[in-house]
Amino acid sequence: MSITTQETEAAGIGVRDRGRSGRRKRLRRSVAGLLFVSPAILLVVVFFLIPLGSAAWMSLHRWPLMGEPRFIGLDNYVRMWSDSRFWDALGFTIYYTVVVTIAIFAVAFPLALFVQQPNRANSFYRTAVFLPVVVGFGSAALLWVWLMHVDNGLFSPAAQGLGITEGRFNLLASYNGVFWSIIIMVVWKTAGLTMVILMTGLQGVPSDILEAARIDGASASQRFRRITLPLMRRTIALALTLSVAGSMLAFDQFYLISSGGPRNQTLTAVYWIFTQSFVSFRLGYGSALSIVLLVILVIISTVQLRLLRDPRDAR
Amino acid sequence: MTDTAEPATPRRRQRRLAERITRHLVGVTISAIFLAPLFWAVAASLKPTAEARRPPLPPWPTTGFSTDSYQVLGSVGSGIWTHAANSVIVSVATVALSVVVSFFAGYGFSRFSFPLKNLLFVLIISTIMIPFQSILTPLFLILAKVGLQNTLFGLILIYTTLQLPFSVFMMRNAFDGIPKELEEAARVDGAGVFTVLMRVMAPLVLPGVVTVAIFAFLAAWNEFLAALVLMTDQDNYTLPILIAAVRSGNYGSVDWGAVQAGVTVMMVPCLILFVTLQRYYLRGLTAGAVK
Repeated sequence: MSITTQETEAAGIGVRDRGRSGRRKRLRRSVAGLLFVSPAILLVVVFFLIPLGSAAWMSLHRWPLMGEPRFIGLDNYVRMWSDSRFWDALGFTIYYTVVVTIAIFAVAFPLALFVQQPNRANSFYRTAVFLPVVVGFGSAALLWVWLMHVDNGLFSPAAQGLGITEGRFNLLASYNGVFWSIIIMVVWKTAGLTMVILMTGLQGVPSDILEAARIDGASASQRFRRITLPLMRRTIALALTLSVAGSMLAFDQFYLISSGGPRNQTLTAVYWIFTQSFVSFRLGYGSALSIVLLVILVIISTVQLRLLRDPRDAR
Repeated sequence: MTDTAEPATPRRRQRRLAERITRHLVGVTISAIFLAPLFWAVAASLKPTAEARRPPLPPWPTTGFSTDSYQVLGSVGSGIWTHAANSVIVSVATVALSVVVSFFAGYGFSRFSFPLKNLLFVLIISTIMIPFQSILTPLFLILAKVGLQNTLFGLILIYTTLQLPFSVFMMRNAFDGIPKELEEAARVDGAGVFTVLMRVMAPLVLPGVVTVAIFAFLAAWNEFLAALVLMTDQDNYTLPILIAAVRSGNYGSVDWGAVQAGVTVMMVPCLILFVTLQRYYLRGLTAGAVK
């Protein structure tokens, strides 16, 4: 196999005048390439594309677990309009996403600045902050629900012992207690991830530019706002996308810590879809809700991917 | 010169030392805050049952270490060992399948040209934009249709598919990073396509393989929602589902010591994996940030 053949192939230029043996070789390599990628394609088709199509199809049906599905057109979507629980859940999810993303950035950005210099102490601090990231959301939630427990946990007895509160208080009984505890837990669990991503961005800012600006008399905050931040645009957008997409799909921590309570006030969108599909077994309606959530997420991702792109590339 | 500089230097040195001490104090405090909950859980899991019922102050056992909590886990569900085995099987098989599928796909996308190549690549990568939570119901029905409902194998196939966008992206980049001349030199020496791939290429893309493997393991080991929905038979519960059931009191009154023992069993492999293979994990993370 000569280098030139590969190069022409790579460039996608036709090899009509290369003679029969070249064409056959090309065909053989085409088939080989397709064979190599076929297991991946097969998995994506069977476990992603077909389910995606089915979700859309099912959303047009009344689809009980037992018995025949019945085609009802757009009825599920119409019904959704008056499903105040769903809109409440969606509203709550968006509110949670905004609050938790701000909280994560507020913690992770200073941390990234703090640990960005490569040295041994910093690499220890980084590892410490990052460790909760590799622990699953399930484990983290099961750990924190214990810490938050009114009698057997840590926070309430500790606060009482230190004289901060008069008696025991049940964090899980009030909306604010649940909401802010989960925010703190999620920040603890995910700040390390955002920190490392932002740190990569910080390290990518050329130091000679910063040095030149310093010599020209720019203050530290000026350098940060006018040079560092704009150059970190892509990294910030990436960290933002990960945080927003993850939070919009939040389920584990709310299921395990608050069960959506108190009074369904911390029910997230995925939680409501889960309840409809796998507790009430309204599979058709659950699919319609899924499709709406999917569309919302694709819109958010598209907008954020646009932010990711450098505006100078777009021009 | 030296006369004027001398009095300034020790003072400056002192200030720098103070700065460094403050820095490390802050760093150690931050690290302690982030590590504390992990420590609390592990410490609580080692308390005798009676002590584990009381608030964890101090966090460590005061009446001697005990494996009570772990023994309790031995009798919940089908026994912790069955469920730990389920989790290990699912995670290891997801790792193996992800590595094999993405290794070949990465090679195919990197070194061959075939019709629709770019479209197929974008197709795989773009599935990352679509939340799998929204296709759980059809997945449930499809697994039932092919006779894989409630099987670990079904879960493995789904986890592998969910990891594909990342794995394939990673492996294509890994192969892209190897000069073509290397492969051709081996080919000229008379080695066949498969020999070249396994003998020459595989060792070179090993860092990429390790990254793919770590991410696949952590994702499969920690995944909760799909396992909760798809594994309806208790025997097939993975660890997170079992411990969630213990926590909600499905096996008698809630034993927080046992829950924390379960949390410890779930956390420790992840922590060890990360600490030993940190370099590869962070490479995977920054691959997205740089590209």
